[in-house]
Amino acid sequence: MSATLSELGPVLALILFGFLPNEVWRLVGLMLVRGLDEKSQIIVWVRAVATAMLAGVLAQLLLSTSGPLSSIPVEVRVGAAVLGFAAFLIARRSVFAGVLAGEAAVMLGTYLFAV
Amino acid sequence: MADAPLPPPGTTTDAFLFGLRTAATSVFAFVIIFTYIGFGAMCHDYGLSVGWAMLSTVLQWAGPAQVILVTGLGPGTALIETAVAVSLSSVRFLPIVVALIPLVRRENARPWHLMLPVHFMAVSVWVEAMRHAPNMPREQRIPFCNGVGLALLSLGTIFTAVGYYMQAVLPALFGAAAMFITPISFLTSTARNARLLLEKAALALGLTIGPMLAYSQVQFDLLWTGVIGGTLAYGLHRVHRSRSAKA
Repeated sequence: MSATLSELGPVLALILFGFLPNEVWRLVGLMLVRGLDEKSQIIVWVRAVATAMLAGVLAQLLLSTSGPLSSIPVEVRVGAAVLGFAAFLIARRSVFAGVLAGEAAVMLGTYLFAV
Repeated sequence: MADAPLPPPGTTTDAFLFGLRTAATSVFAFVIIFTYIGFGAMCHDYGLSVGWAMLSTVLQWAGPAQVILVTGLGPGTALIETAVAVSLSSVRFLPIVVALIPLVRRENARPWHLMLPVHFMAVSVWVEAMRHAPNMPREQRIPFCNGVGLALLSLGTIFTAVGYYMQAVLPALFGAAAMFITPISFLTSTARNARLLLEKAALALGLTIGPMLAYSQVQFDLLWTGVIGGTLAYGLHRVHRSRSAKA
């Protein structure tokens, strides 16, 4: 009985503190979009907002001292992102080349510089 | 630049299968596998069960939010603070859903027809949908998105379990590398899909304004980054268009 309860604890926490605060944005997006069509200028604007916000998310992941990437020094993260982006451009806008080069750089950098 | 391949003409089943195939050959298959091996191993580290880890992938389907939840469930962190951090990290879903749905839905679609594709929506699925959907007949767009979403979400869930059981044999470097794949794949795939001045400007502005606002400790910095950067980019796009129309 107590095993069931202790297993229910984490699942309830997942739903209340992980699933709901995350899913709310998808559902709000779905509600806001009623009545808009793809040609409307609002949608063009929202596409720009989405892109800028994504750029903000990745800048935050790269620069933040807390959060998912905190075990990698900031200099290594930024350097690897720059190298990855350069590889992406050199390989004629290949995302795969950019990801591989960035990953290689971050592993090497973390190996060399992380304490 | 390689153009997106044209979808085969056919039924909605063909569109769904084309979605599965697109996902399987997309760089995001690799990104998702790598990310969720890292996430699975992390759940093992934190003493969570494999079922919990997989359920987190199915329900949340948001790499950064999942990592924040796992680290925030430990002792010493207020759960409500964790929920706020999870939510703030996922604001991006709002504009990507708003930008995508008018492109893919049919006129007579009921909102609940869209619940499943909306739950699948993540940056990886969005990038592939925005790339391919405009080339497809409208009635094939939702099944296509469902194919991409189901394939990537299934891969993510399976490799959460794989990572969980591989935790002991993974090198210490792997965790760091797995977390880094999110920003580097966001950066390069957004840059690849940015064909118009609108998107290029939005990307550059977001990269500049985001850190400035975060550094100044502005509240809801991501939201403001999106609104300010996106509005400036939209303004540039309008000016550019009216100039090229006159010329």
